[in-house]
Amino acid sequence: MKRTAAKKGEQGRYAPLSYFQLMEVTLRELLVGKGLFSEDDVRRQVADMASRTPGRGAAVVARAWTDASYKERLLKDGSAACEELGFDVKPMRLVVVENTPRVHNVIVCTLCSCYPRPLLGIPPDWYKSRAYRSRMVREPRKVLREFSLKFGREIQIRVHDSTADMRYLVLPMRPAGTEGWTEARLASLVTRDSMIGVALPRVPRR
Amino acid sequence: MAEPRFRTGDRVKVVKAYPPGHVRTPYYIRGCTGEIERYCGSFANPEELAQMRSGLPPVPLYRVRFPQEQVWPDYRGERADVVEIEIFEHWLEPA
Repeated sequence: MKRTAAKKGEQGRYAPLSYFQLMEVTLRELLVGKGLFSEDDVRRQVADMASRTPGRGAAVVARAWTDASYKERLLKDGSAACEELGFDVKPMRLVVVENTPRVHNVIVCTLCSCYPRPLLGIPPDWYKSRAYRSRMVREPRKVLREFSLKFGREIQIRVHDSTADMRYLVLPMRPAGTEGWTEARLASLVTRDSMIGVALPRVPRR
Repeated sequence: MAEPRFRTGDRVKVVKAYPPGHVRTPYYIRGCTGEIERYCGSFANPEELAQMRSGLPPVPLYRVRFPQEQVWPDYRGERADVVEIEIFEHWLEPA
């Protein structure tokens, strides 16, 4: 369903609830009515979901860039390494895939829209779109070009289809020109899209 | 819990079957041959969970790596490109 933001000068539009919105409201009201949980529990869960942002993933990446032994642990057991930094990612089973000068990784879920929410928050709409889900696995180089990423023949593209119990995070390459940067400053370069694999961290021009 | 039948590097073929119900093996990969990238641990069978059963005993789950040009005969990328997918053991046979 497409939601349109009210344009300047418009009064706002009202539309009847969609099938699934109506189902959600009905089920929620029933469960609250039966006392299985409260409206406040729902509000708290929504707030908790909204509090997870890609900043968590960025902190994990920046640590891996500055601490070789942490990076090794992260690639071996992603979930345990996130917990080391105090991020409660349970019950997610995280697999971290590393970009190198020869390999570029990108994440998709062709069956639904599995996403490492505890580290990246709520997925962007395009990640859940049919176009992204079907085309990224079928013609990844073309889709990556549409994200303005062009890779040479010498680079292998690895598409990770998140079909079952694992969740994935791309560990991008640390950009040149960041020698001596603090972890916090490095983390500021790591965007959500670079951890999905549709962008690269870039040092802003002065 | 069942011991995993396959090891990293083993060649495997995805069963070409079309059972009804909830299945976590995408259509496009059925019948394709790849290589075990790693064993991920064992998990409750999602096909059983979807039928409100326990899904136990847990089924070994693997990440399997497939060459793209094998998955898509008209693939327009590079020969080295791959797709990696999680597949449950009962969907795999030795290749």
